[in-house]
Amino acid sequence: MSQLQLCLVLSSFLFCIGLIGAMARSNTILVLLGVELMLNAANINFIAFWRYGPDHAAGTGILFVLFSIAIAASEAAVGLALVIAVYRHQKNIRLQEANRLKG
Amino acid sequence: MTLALILLSVLILGSAAVAIALRNLIHSALLFVGCWAGIAAFYLWAGAEFVAFAQVLIYVGAVSMVVLFAVLLTRQGNELEPVKDDSFNRFIRALIAGGSVAGVLLGAILGTPMDVNTASPAPTMTVRELGARLMGPHAAALLIVGVLLTVALLGAVVLAAVDRSDQPEDAP
Repeated sequence: MSQLQLCLVLSSFLFCIGLIGAMARSNTILVLLGVELMLNAANINFIAFWRYGPDHAAGTGILFVLFSIAIAASEAAVGLALVIAVYRHQKNIRLQEANRLKG
Repeated sequence: MTLALILLSVLILGSAAVAIALRNLIHSALLFVGCWAGIAAFYLWAGAEFVAFAQVLIYVGAVSMVVLFAVLLTRQGNELEPVKDDSFNRFIRALIAGGSVAGVLLGAILGTPMDVNTASPAPTMTVRELGARLMGPHAAALLIVGVLLTVALLGAVVLAAVDRSDQPEDAP
């Protein structure tokens, strides 16, 4: 197994841990952190393909990861603000009980 | 090189899995910090220094603090409650779905011949080159990301702020 394949295996396991966390936990903060783990796995893929790809000088992988980290940071800020707003309305942050808009 | 990568993988995956499985939110937030620090070490291993420092500054520094504040502001203190039956069922279903996704991805990775550029030394990209690229061909994207961050953080403040105008008992 080459090192590129090791990096890809690492990122796919990290993606799956994030997926399991986002689907299994009922705490909204942990669901958000699972989504963050999935974004990090995608970033690891970008860096791995930049490292072992044919064209290092263009630096496309690094640039894309920088923009992706910025998007992930804004997503985390807005998501945690939503968590606090939900907590103020229903006094807990269980996802199953946030069903006020359900028809 | 490969041994370092395997050690980093064990650190990252172990702390992420334990953080997802724990019931204590503070402990899992701190384990997530360890996981992000491990990812930053992976970026250093791969030769992307600037991305590693950005990961340390943004994730280990900023996002972890925001997460810890959110955990402390939404404290419930019900960690001693027994695990409900439906959450166990949901965990089993999530495990099945995640395991099948992992199987599909592993089959695709191991079944694809990838022998590109493996023998070359680690590439380096200095911060000067990176800055020239960000300010030259990608300047528009950088501006748009700045505007997006400003709008998102202002929106977060608006969402999380308490609206005092509808509480007449607070009025003088």
